[in-house]
Amino acid sequence: MEQKLERILSRVQKPARYTGGEYNEIVKDKSAVDLRVAFCFPDTYEIGMSNLGLQILYGAINREPEMWCERCFAPWGDMEEELRREKIPLYALESGDPIGDFDVIAFSLGYEMAYTSVLNMLELAGVPYRASERKELTPVVFAGGTSCVNPEPMADFLDFCVLGEGEEADIEALRLVERAKKEGWDKPRFLREVSKIPGVYVPSLYTPEYGEDGTLRALTPRDGAPERVTKRIIEDLDSAFYPDRAIVPSTEIVHDRVVLELFRGCVRGCRFCQAGFAYRPVRRHGTEFLLEKAKSLLESSGYEEITLSSLSTSDFKGLGELTDGLLDWCEPRRISLSLPSLRADNFSMDLMERVQKVRKSGLTFAPEAGSQRLRDVINKNVTEEELLNSCRVAFEGGWNTLKLYFMLGLPTETDEDVIAIAKLANKVLYTWRQYASNKARGVKITVSTSMFVPKPHTPFQWEAQVGTEEYLRRVRLLRDNITSKSITYNWHSPEVSLIEAALSRGDRRVGKALENVHAAGGRLDSWSDYFDFERWLRAFSDAGLEPGFYASRERGEDEVFPWDVIDLGVRKSYLLRERHEAYAGRVTPDCRVKCMGCGANCLLEGRKCDE
Amino acid sequence: MSRLLFKKEGRAKFISHLDLMRTMQRVFIRAGVKIKHTEGFNPHPYMNFAMPLPVGTESVCELMDFETDAPIDLAALPAALNAVCPEGIEALEAFDSDNKFKYIKWLDIEARLFYYNKVHRPEELMSFYGAESIIMEKRTKRSVSQVDIKPLFTGLTVEAAGDGELLLKARLAVGEPALSPAQLISALSQISPELAPDYAAFKRREVIDKDMNPFR
Ligand code: SF4
Repeated sequence: MEQKLERILSRVQKPARYTGGEYNEIVKDKSAVDLRVAFCFPDTYEIGMSNLGLQILYGAINREPEMWCERCFAPWGDMEEELRREKIPLYALESGDPIGDFDVIAFSLGYEMAYTSVLNMLELAGVPYRASERKELTPVVFAGGTSCVNPEPMADFLDFCVLGEGEEADIEALRLVERAKKEGWDKPRFLREVSKIPGVYVPSLYTPEYGEDGTLRALTPRDGAPERVTKRIIEDLDSAFYPDRAIVPSTEIVHDRVVLELFRGCVRGCRFCQAGFAYRPVRRHGTEFLLEKAKSLLESSGYEEITLSSLSTSDFKGLGELTDGLLDWCEPRRISLSLPSLRADNFSMDLMERVQKVRKSGLTFAPEAGSQRLRDVINKNVTEEELLNSCRVAFEGGWNTLKLYFMLGLPTETDEDVIAIAKLANKVLYTWRQYASNKARGVKITVSTSMFVPKPHTPFQWEAQVGTEEYLRRVRLLRDNITSKSITYNWHSPEVSLIEAALSRGDRRVGKALENVHAAGGRLDSWSDYFDFERWLRAFSDAGLEPGFYASRERGEDEVFPWDVIDLGVRKSYLLRERHEAYAGRVTPDCRVKCMGCGANCLLEGRKCDE
Repeated sequence: MSRLLFKKEGRAKFISHLDLMRTMQRVFIRAGVKIKHTEGFNPHPYMNFAMPLPVGTESVCELMDFETDAPIDLAALPAALNAVCPEGIEALEAFDSDNKFKYIKWLDIEARLFYYNKVHRPEELMSFYGAESIIMEKRTKRSVSQVDIKPLFTGLTVEAAGDGELLLKARLAVGEPALSPAQLISALSQISPELAPDYAAFKRREVIDKDMNPFR
């Protein structure tokens, strides 16, 4: 390690996140590889290293002998300041080499508030963040991840995006970079060629046109780029790469444990949930496969905790069999198992007893809306009875801390629906009074609300977000209706949600606002330490834009969306039908009860959904 | 009680003490060695470190006590651990010992002192530290007191070690009162700022008992 770097590391907070050298990191001989890839996560080490996608793709790329994929994370403010002062360019953890010299810089884009960190990291790497200013073939800058379902706000900065799951598509794209390098292609030629890979979107090959009212009229491809880009999926999860070993950080991260992915997609169709539509169709890992992977991941890491990951753990067929198998292996080794994302409608004491023997704190349910009417609108198929039943089971089982999550500002929400949240919380409290096995310890019920963010590719993609003032009025209404001392009410600030809404349904022009935020010092915007609402408002207005145009404008049902160019499998006509069902207050059954023909099955070639 | 002697060098020197405990736990699990856990509501593995190592300081003489569920071959342990250690951590020796950590009386250290825009001869520092007494100000929240650090170190040498770099070695007192490597060097900036380095990197070399023998 260079002495200059060593010296600054002795001054910054938590330096171990900037050193690399963790157990199971992959180091190759750089003179023996053809392609150097910097896998960048536009957030801190602690967040990024907790990301399962990163661990999977890191392993998948490094499985290719001629490629070396290294990691790079966004530095915290103190480290950034030191790097800038000492003129040390952003480097990859494994080799310590500047990522600006790499062939490929790949970003994982999981949420919109990380966009500004992409610009900042490129700048710290000494790489122009505008794609048009990167004239040479390398470094190629691309991105994948959930927020690429609407890539347009980042269109000016990315050479291309990979839509959907990256295990295969990333490798295909990287092989093409390798070939382009060998054959001396120029960048335009590479971009034309890479746009032919299924699942790859090359923004510079699409020209937007706007109407007088400011809405998008068309996004027109050229040079042979496809009309629409269809996301990639792995049809048979067990046959795709899944790591046997995980990098074990030498410093504490957010999810400091083995994370085991059960399945992708979700059979439910909650109308507000982007992941629920974006990851369709449901595909699962086999139980045997999971048990094997769990053992090798635990043995090779030394972790003492394993958690199951999916959008809805309780919906995994054979969950009992899997947890039994895991517990038989884990218990004698003092390894604990945790089960997040349990649904409130089928919470089983038996399961909870087995998995959380010691800690009885922290149980979370997300009814999302207070009234049955509104839960029907959003298709959150959990009834009050089911929720209270689950609470009863938990209270009888000795739990005395419960968190309840709700959204305010859902389509059609009335004051009555808001007050229903308080009523529901009271019923939960009453359930505790009736059934708690140990009342002496008291109970703590926490109600949290956040402002609803309408997302692309959901039935609510046409909706207007409520204004921040209106959200705060509903917050006050709810607060005034929560009277018990045992119920705590927390609400998230609406400001981040407003910006998130503007970014998630933004068009290409929003890129200018991102540049402005960056120029004014913005980055790490998902952290309240750094998020500055006024800076965002100025950035939008200096770009001649209005966040409200993107966030709080109801779209016409025939409006062309910037993300229409992205095909996730689910048809727009299906989303629209679901929107109408929402307004009619009608629920849609989940995929296991009845296939409603959303279109996602067309992504599968050799099998049916949920097989 | 079983005791492990290990190194923590290179990039691993930035692992904090708390993180090192977690890291060592996992190293043992990966090596298949079951550490005995404490009794009680929230059992945790029994591991006890001789002297927490400050972040950024290297060491070739860290000691850690542990107990295992079942007897193990201590001679074979270092190799088993080293197969599963993160870069920079290296097990050197494992043995049984009843010698309590409180009998560690001295610590041999070295400090690499870097000067960016000036050159100093070893003799200048030797004569600074050779003074009869070296009175430093010690500030606590409430008071400022004067301490003579001279009795708290011995065997100090300084040699040239390359461009703008000096290598200082010393034996420092451990316990009450103690002198840390950082304090030893900050005597320069307090008393003779012109001799203070721009950057100092520390390494622990050996732990010493009251009879001036290596402590094990
Ligand atoms: S095609 Fe049918 S079963 Fe498959 S995801 Fe769509 S609605 Fe569900």
